[in-house]
Amino acid sequence: MLAYFLRRLVGIVPTVVLVSMFVFALQQMLPGDPALALAGEERDPESIAYIREKYHLNEPIWVQYGYWIGGVLQGDLGISLRTNIPVTDLLLQKLPVTIQLALMAIAIALLIGIPMGVLSALKRGTPIDWLANVAALSGLSIPNFWLGVLLILLVSVKLGWLPASGYESPFDDPVQNLKTMIMPAFVLGSAIAATMMRHTRSAMLEVLRSDYVRTARAKGVRERLVVLRHAFRNALIPVVTVGTLQLGELLAGAVLTEQVFTIPGFGKQIVDAVFNRDYAVVQGVVLCSSLAFIALNLVADMAYFFLNPRIRV
Amino acid sequence: MTRKLSLAVAAGMMLFGTAASAETLKIGLADDPDVLDPDQSRTFVGRIVYTALCDKLVDIDPDLNFVPQLATSWDWSDGGKTLTMKLRDGVTFHDGEKFDAAAVKYNIERSKTLPESRRKSEVKSIETAEVVDPLTVRFTLAAPDATLLATLSDRAGMMVSPKAAEAAGAGLGANLVCSGPFKFVERVQQDRIVLAKFPAYWNAGAFHFDEVIYRTIPDSTVRLANLQAGDLDLIERLSPPDIPTVKGDSKLQVVDVVGLGYQGITINNANGDRAKTPLGQDPRVRKALELAIDRVALNQVVFDGAHLPGNQFISPQSQFYNKAVPMPARDVAKAKALLKEAGAEGFSFEMQFPNNPDMTRAAQVIQAMAAEAGFDIKLRATEFATMLKEQSAGNYQATEVGWSGRVDPDGNIHSFMTCKGGINDSKYCNPEVDKLLDGARRTNDLAERKKLYAAAIEILDRDRPIIYLYHPKWIWALSAKLQGYKPYPDAMIRIEGMKKAS
Repeated sequence: MLAYFLRRLVGIVPTVVLVSMFVFALQQMLPGDPALALAGEERDPESIAYIREKYHLNEPIWVQYGYWIGGVLQGDLGISLRTNIPVTDLLLQKLPVTIQLALMAIAIALLIGIPMGVLSALKRGTPIDWLANVAALSGLSIPNFWLGVLLILLVSVKLGWLPASGYESPFDDPVQNLKTMIMPAFVLGSAIAATMMRHTRSAMLEVLRSDYVRTARAKGVRERLVVLRHAFRNALIPVVTVGTLQLGELLAGAVLTEQVFTIPGFGKQIVDAVFNRDYAVVQGVVLCSSLAFIALNLVADMAYFFLNPRIRV
Repeated sequence: MTRKLSLAVAAGMMLFGTAASAETLKIGLADDPDVLDPDQSRTFVGRIVYTALCDKLVDIDPDLNFVPQLATSWDWSDGGKTLTMKLRDGVTFHDGEKFDAAAVKYNIERSKTLPESRRKSEVKSIETAEVVDPLTVRFTLAAPDATLLATLSDRAGMMVSPKAAEAAGAGLGANLVCSGPFKFVERVQQDRIVLAKFPAYWNAGAFHFDEVIYRTIPDSTVRLANLQAGDLDLIERLSPPDIPTVKGDSKLQVVDVVGLGYQGITINNANGDRAKTPLGQDPRVRKALELAIDRVALNQVVFDGAHLPGNQFISPQSQFYNKAVPMPARDVAKAKALLKEAGAEGFSFEMQFPNNPDMTRAAQVIQAMAAEAGFDIKLRATEFATMLKEQSAGNYQATEVGWSGRVDPDGNIHSFMTCKGGINDSKYCNPEVDKLLDGARRTNDLAERKKLYAAAIEILDRDRPIIYLYHPKWIWALSAKLQGYKPYPDAMIRIEGMKKAS
């Protein structure tokens, strides 16, 4: 297993390099000119010339990439063209926010999605199954953006229970932090819960039909144990896959949800950076989230080992 | 023992008293400000934050007259080539450094020489800044510059602490040190900027908040929801369709004012091959387009009548507005006749516009109106940075675009319509217009300036490289408890005199 792990670890390097090259090239294909976008309304020619020079915008793309990757190897992700702040500092500011939101969202998704999936598989064809499916379908169909605005109007404006938006660091005020994060986490989590529920349900149905479950039942194992120990554990594998993929996506930033609740995470950062052609920031965020995505996949593969003994062999 | 107890109670009450009176003003901004250094920044919302953070040499009043701020009085001499300013005594920067003529000199030189400075062209007319005595500074200009006071009432006139600027260099934005009524505390990118009251401010008595928090909330519905929920006290740029909601809510109020800017259609006159169309070449076609558009209806349909229709680069409320060139009424028959005369019936052209809901609706209404006069407008929604690039590169026929506006009329016209203007994307060039606009820049005589602008407006109205459509109003929504908010046409939020009723 260790060899496998190390092999995967080494594989990360070329993947990240390829991703960064790809994103760098794509950004250059964007129409618009960062110097023009950043020079301000007056577009002072001196400012434009200065920006082009300072950020090597006059050089060919591979030279620009060289500067960037050279910096990255020394731990320097460059400076945001728009705010003059080192990209590393920006990422360090955003990363905890994004991670917290992602973890809360995935926790909510698991708490809702898995029990609902198990229940609807067990009660297949009954009104409970039907209800769970309708709920899941709604969760998948309702756009996050819309659900977010509706929740703000209901919970914050009408009922006044939670702040409408904003963010408070958990180190400054943990209670306020939870208050501001719970709605966006719920919005993100509810959509993922729906996916989770569907996957859990079909995995459970498949496992419950399998021979060893029938054998277990025939042996007279209690139904509770059949479901939890024999069926559920095996049904978890596809759920782990889906969960990690979703978590990875969350770590890349939840653009619309962050926008609605003004959560200062990666999503808001990357949208602003793209509109302002703040290349260094876009690169930094993409680098960071692709690393997270790859790492998560690795973790998921490790999880299979523990969940399914057959893979261990 | 009793004495000790009563002392403790008194101390406790004092603590409680301070805590209860600590007032915070929470303001919702529509965008995230860029770097917080007056010499480097370029965003509109950044200027809103500076209004609380950094004092300027001069300020404006709601009628656009210049009033003292860090300079208490000023004099022009030497035929408008020398400006002498008397400075306010006893002003300190947030780091405790003294504000004086040497600090002004340092700031002007920083604007002129810092490599990252975006103020270079604004302060170009200042050749030297000299210290006459600690409270007098003299600016010597290469040529008279009527726009200088307006320049000094904005970012170029904001004074940062020389000591802090010297130490931080281009990194000053991370912890800006000015001399305004509030000082910088912290900033979370894309989220908030927190300022605290500066007790040593020269006019501290006029400020009734201990803390100001600016929060960035781009979505206008969410910005309003935060205000409704009581999480904010004031929001800028309320969306016109939301005005009835706010007016119907007894806990909220709406305040508005006509801004300094405009929205219009910029037409490619001579910027590359795409200018070579009847629209770009024939003033009759442009006149036909103008006559096809009903500005009042456009404002009514798209913005519920929230803005002010207009036909010049300054609004009808400005003292520079040329009344001899009134806004024409819609005349489809005449527009058709003009198109026929120009041999351009059924003429088709492409109009790009920024990809947002308001501009999209406006573009669609313009398209429909122009169609009735025989124009076939193809619409192209374009992301803003892309649009800028296309426009400056000449890859466009017409753009529906605006300008945020400047205090001095020069800022709304000179760089757009002079032959070598930095943002003259239509590449309109008329030496006569150049002469008039240069002339208006070089005299401080108001009557003379009005005459020069009036003459320029007449020519521009004939040639129409830009068809001005309307002047956006700035609309704020605020809690009904907030008192004393005065709207200014520059849309800056001045906290002086504002108070929260309990």
